[in-house]
Amino acid sequence: MSIASRFLPPPKADGTVCFTLDGEPVMARDGDTLAVAILAHTGAATRTTASGSPRAPYCMMGVCFECLVEVDGRPNVQACLIPVREGMAVRRQDGLRGLRHDG
Amino acid sequence: MTDEVDLIIVGAGPAGMAAARTMAKNGARVLLLDEQQRPGGQIYRGLDASPAGYLGRDYAAGAGLIASMEAPEITYEGNARVWRIEDGPRVLWSRDGETHVSAGRALLLAGGAQERPVPFPGWTLPGVMSAGAAQILMKSAGMLPRGAILAGSGPLLYLVALQLIHAGAPPVALVETQTKAMMARAAWHLPGALRCSPVLVKGLGLLRRIRAAGVTRFTGARDFCAEEGEGGDVTFRFTAKGRAQEITAPLLLTHHGVVPSTHMSRAAGVSHRWNETQQAYQPEVDALGRTNVAGVHIAGDAAGIAGAEAAAFAGELAALDILRLAGKLSDKVFEARAEPVRVVLKRARAVRPFLDAAYAPPAEVLAPVGETIVCRCEEVTAEEIRRSVAEGAQGPRQVKTATRAGMGPCQGRMCELAVRGIIAECGGTPDLPRTRSPIKPVSLGEMAALAQGQPPSD
Ligand code: FES
Repeated sequence: MSIASRFLPPPKADGTVCFTLDGEPVMARDGDTLAVAILAHTGAATRTTASGSPRAPYCMMGVCFECLVEVDGRPNVQACLIPVREGMAVRRQDGLRGLRHDG
Repeated sequence: MTDEVDLIIVGAGPAGMAAARTMAKNGARVLLLDEQQRPGGQIYRGLDASPAGYLGRDYAAGAGLIASMEAPEITYEGNARVWRIEDGPRVLWSRDGETHVSAGRALLLAGGAQERPVPFPGWTLPGVMSAGAAQILMKSAGMLPRGAILAGSGPLLYLVALQLIHAGAPPVALVETQTKAMMARAAWHLPGALRCSPVLVKGLGLLRRIRAAGVTRFTGARDFCAEEGEGGDVTFRFTAKGRAQEITAPLLLTHHGVVPSTHMSRAAGVSHRWNETQQAYQPEVDALGRTNVAGVHIAGDAAGIAGAEAAAFAGELAALDILRLAGKLSDKVFEARAEPVRVVLKRARAVRPFLDAAYAPPAEVLAPVGETIVCRCEEVTAEEIRRSVAEGAQGPRQVKTATRAGMGPCQGRMCELAVRGIIAECGGTPDLPRTRSPIKPVSLGEMAALAQGQPPSD
């Protein structure tokens, strides 16, 4: 389901970067965290739990772990703690991550 | 391994920065670690980028402190997630999937606070965030809600409301849980609080300006409940003055004060106690921030909630003590420098008893009931936790084994206070939950690389 961002369009920035969210290209402002970039783009869930319930960043400061996404194949990355970078391939996490993907 | 510094500071908020500045002024070398890219902590977050005017004067006041982090004696490492603290002290921290090991002669933990999680049915919905999160979005990215409901209690709730009003994105409603009776009880602490009257006067000014802006306001609200509405909006229900209310908005922001971040100090072996007034765990520290673990000091909100102003003074005081212990200050010089700091610190703390009483979290937050999810990671409800206690689980460890509450990636950060509240209410033994490293998740591959002695690329 596509859900509009819950935020007003953020102010213009000097630089922009492009990353992909589940394959879809997204423009973001250079210097923002990945969680900010995702929240500016969509109001939809960024992961689902083991039981399938939708979640999105909650605390924005590294505490809640609701912002976990897969970045360039690495699972369980806290999106609120890393800067968004050009070409990042971000995937929403559905359910739990297996240990197999680790590392 | 980086070479040994005089002091490693974890956390670059007001306490950590003030300590770093004091160390640097006295020629001591500091390694300053923080999870954010830039120093400032949550309170001064984004301040050195392009601060928006609507965030106010208190926020702008952090600029000097941040600028002083440029001193040559201070090495700042951002995006650093500390996951282990060892004797030495040695600190293991991770960035971009790689662990670095840093050694110092002393360690200051200044990890600050986190917001108290506010559980109620529906608080896990994507449209529900903490008010602090919204403030971080404002500070770090100039992001403003399309329309937000603010709910809960506490000074931060008012501050966020006012910042949103000034930014031109006023909240659609302000829903407060505190009652007239709570305010009356808090008034008992007023004489003490008036010793730092500027804070109090500022607080009253906030409320007046929120009222003047015409924001719909409810007090004495309870029975919070959120459901997903149309187009992903949040439908928020509660009762206030005996009447059922319902408001729908894209975003629901809740807040019930802040509590010390104790995972790091607990994993470092520091002893902790339960603070009944603030309903939170806090480390046992003396007036200078010393702990029972040799070489480890704690300052700022991580040692007990007292706010940003007090945190900076406490950080300075701890740094002076650390300099003295290292033989860089004589006892006499220490006393001369510490005394004026003690005076202002005491004044900065005087407003706390009033705030703690006026904005105490309600029972439904401290010990949730029914189908409210308490452990977000493992999706454990209040009812399941209550049942486990009824079936004989005594303390947090047994509840964890029985229900999995606290076993997810956040390692109890979001549920342990509510779990404690339920255990206490149900007659169990609410011990301090155990915390072990890794304090933040690290991959096995990253640990293996460390064990094989691969040199960290610095
Ligand atoms: S949003 Fe809470 S950890 Fe990232």
